[in-house]
Amino acid sequence: MQKDNSNRTKDNKKVLNISLVVAVLMVGFGFALVPLYDIICDITGLNGKTGVMAASDVKEQDVGHTVTVQFDGTVNSNLPWSFRPKQFSMEVIPGKLYSTEYIAKNISEEDVTGQAVPSVAPNEASIYFSKTECFCFTEQLLTSGEEKQMPVTFIVSSDLPKDIEVLTLSYTFFNKNRMTTAQQAEGNAKHEKI
Amino acid sequence: MSHDITHDEASHGHDHDHKPKGFVKRWLMTTNHKDIGTLYLIFAFAMFILGGAMAMIIRLELFQPGLQFVEPDFFNQMTTMHALIMVFGAVMPAFVGLANWMIPLMIGAPDMALPRMNNWSFWILPFAFTLLASTLFMEGGAPAGGWTMYPPLVLQGGHNVAYLVFAVHLMGISSIMGAINVIATIMNMRAPNVGYLNMPLFVWTWLITAFLLIAVMPVLAGAVTMLLTDRYFDTSFFNAAGGGDPVLFQHIFWFFGHPEVYIMILPAFGVVSEIIPTFARKPLFGYVSMVYATAAIAFLSFIVWAHHMFSVGMPLGGELYFMYATMMIAVPTGVKIFNWVATMWRGSMTFETPMLFSLAFVILFTIGGFSGVMMALAPVDLQYHDTYFIVAHFHYVLVTGAVFGIIAGVYYWIPKWSGHMYNERLGKIHFWWSTISVNVLFFPQHFLGLAGMPRRIPDYSTQFAEFNMWSSIGGFAFGLAQVFFIYVVWKTVRGGEKATAQVWDGAKGLEWTVPSPAPHHTFEEFGPVDLDKMAHGKDH
Repeated sequence: MQKDNSNRTKDNKKVLNISLVVAVLMVGFGFALVPLYDIICDITGLNGKTGVMAASDVKEQDVGHTVTVQFDGTVNSNLPWSFRPKQFSMEVIPGKLYSTEYIAKNISEEDVTGQAVPSVAPNEASIYFSKTECFCFTEQLLTSGEEKQMPVTFIVSSDLPKDIEVLTLSYTFFNKNRMTTAQQAEGNAKHEKI
Repeated sequence: MSHDITHDEASHGHDHDHKPKGFVKRWLMTTNHKDIGTLYLIFAFAMFILGGAMAMIIRLELFQPGLQFVEPDFFNQMTTMHALIMVFGAVMPAFVGLANWMIPLMIGAPDMALPRMNNWSFWILPFAFTLLASTLFMEGGAPAGGWTMYPPLVLQGGHNVAYLVFAVHLMGISSIMGAINVIATIMNMRAPNVGYLNMPLFVWTWLITAFLLIAVMPVLAGAVTMLLTDRYFDTSFFNAAGGGDPVLFQHIFWFFGHPEVYIMILPAFGVVSEIIPTFARKPLFGYVSMVYATAAIAFLSFIVWAHHMFSVGMPLGGELYFMYATMMIAVPTGVKIFNWVATMWRGSMTFETPMLFSLAFVILFTIGGFSGVMMALAPVDLQYHDTYFIVAHFHYVLVTGAVFGIIAGVYYWIPKWSGHMYNERLGKIHFWWSTISVNVLFFPQHFLGLAGMPRRIPDYSTQFAEFNMWSSIGGFAFGLAQVFFIYVVWKTVRGGEKATAQVWDGAKGLEWTVPSPAPHHTFEEFGPVDLDKMAHGKDH
């Protein structure tokens, strides 16, 4: 009986150790989901983040076929700005460069820096939507009462699946003054990619 | 067991167990699986009453349209805290309590494998829930963003976030330690001739549940840690302005959350699989298929999480995948339900209280399962999402499922724990009172949800008034029925007809070979047990 009990103790310790290692690994797995999610989103466009394409990448134009691009702009509740697209929708030919503008106005008494975060719906269209120039690439400073036209130049890839006829480009403006330097740095690093 | 010959018969009765004397030594420092099981069950019951009281406030406010009794923010605190307390404080600890009490008795083990850790995993819980409940008295109140803790909403509620996160960490540590203990006990502590396929189904379902716990509780801990650092340490995991994505939280949360719902139901499957054969006086139909079905459900639970997020936006392929994968779970679940029905088929059935609760479980859990399959349909889900339909669904599977399973288990095993039979008449009153009221409470919520009443809102349009009033009346009645349950349990513990060792004439299993009440120490001699006494013995 003594022997059996000491065996049990040894086995129990083994199960304990293995299980603890698994539990710790699963905490790691939880954190690993963060970069994994970014990768999956890059491939699938799952979270509406737009694709990357330079103006020189423009190859063929899909003439005779147009899609509708709708524009949408909102401000986060922390940002005392008004923000709206100049035109609400546009018929575009896939493969061709287009430009449009958003109008932002600081309606507060203070100078405020904002950062726009873009998103494209439907999600599966987002990897076919690229901005070659955008006010969202950098932070924007508006002095009190200042109004500014903010241009965006974009291209819808001719590879866009034919069943997608309407795309929506949406921006949300966030208040940079309300963010700490660490958040700003992290945000800048990520926004350069989108 | 060392018998002291000088003991006279009178003092023998209680002292022969060598229970430690004094409250601190007996309960605070206990390493005995039966005492810790009792502590878990008492704690779970207290939390059940606390969470239930919050549900009463919710139903009171929803009794009539308009705002009558509480402020909207307090209402949201109630829905959030009700869920957190019921999930982590009542249902999960109650099952761990049943596991502590019954698993060693069912497999012929002297105690849990890691008794000191067992003590620790219980005594963490009161601290976790003190942390959580203390937020009710703070400036800004308790968390009010829903138990799913979605950012950015949950981060906007003041400093209760920190308390919530640390409480979840403690609950997680407690559940993981409890799960490790269950696994080590089942793998190493079985009597030498008890094989895996001799084990009662309650032991099997708990083994699989324990693996789920170890796999997903750490993921939840990681997710809430990210919430904490987003709130206090300037990270941007879920902050869009900083390049993060709030939807990421939902993916991580439901990667935990979906296995979690099976963590709360698999042990109830186990309890019911013990009770139905006893009162049908037939062996469980399809024992091995029950084991495989449980394992299949556990596996599938990891690959269906995004069906909680259809309305968030997902590519069509993703919606189709998660829809079909979710519906597939109905297959192993159906295997279990048909096996229970086949067990009863042509059995010599009697309808004592545990059997009544188990029968209600089979029928009402199946209703909850059906509404679950409805929710799995992506196009339909967009309409039902965040309405009272989902509230009705998960209360059918959790109240008439998990909670009825626990209550059935308590009636089934309380003669073994206390040495007294409960009062059958009172048990039946409790059953009918609960079963009728719980249906009055939750069934109308299906219709409310289909008609579009949103969940987590303290007010509603007048068209919903009648069903809400019924639901509230059912709610108050169900709440009172559980207060009555306290009385029934209390009466049983204090006295009543003496229970025999066998208790139920159709019952099989090693727990029925030890006297009632079960002595403080059982199966101390390492050696083979009589497999004839086990339900799944020699034929495997």
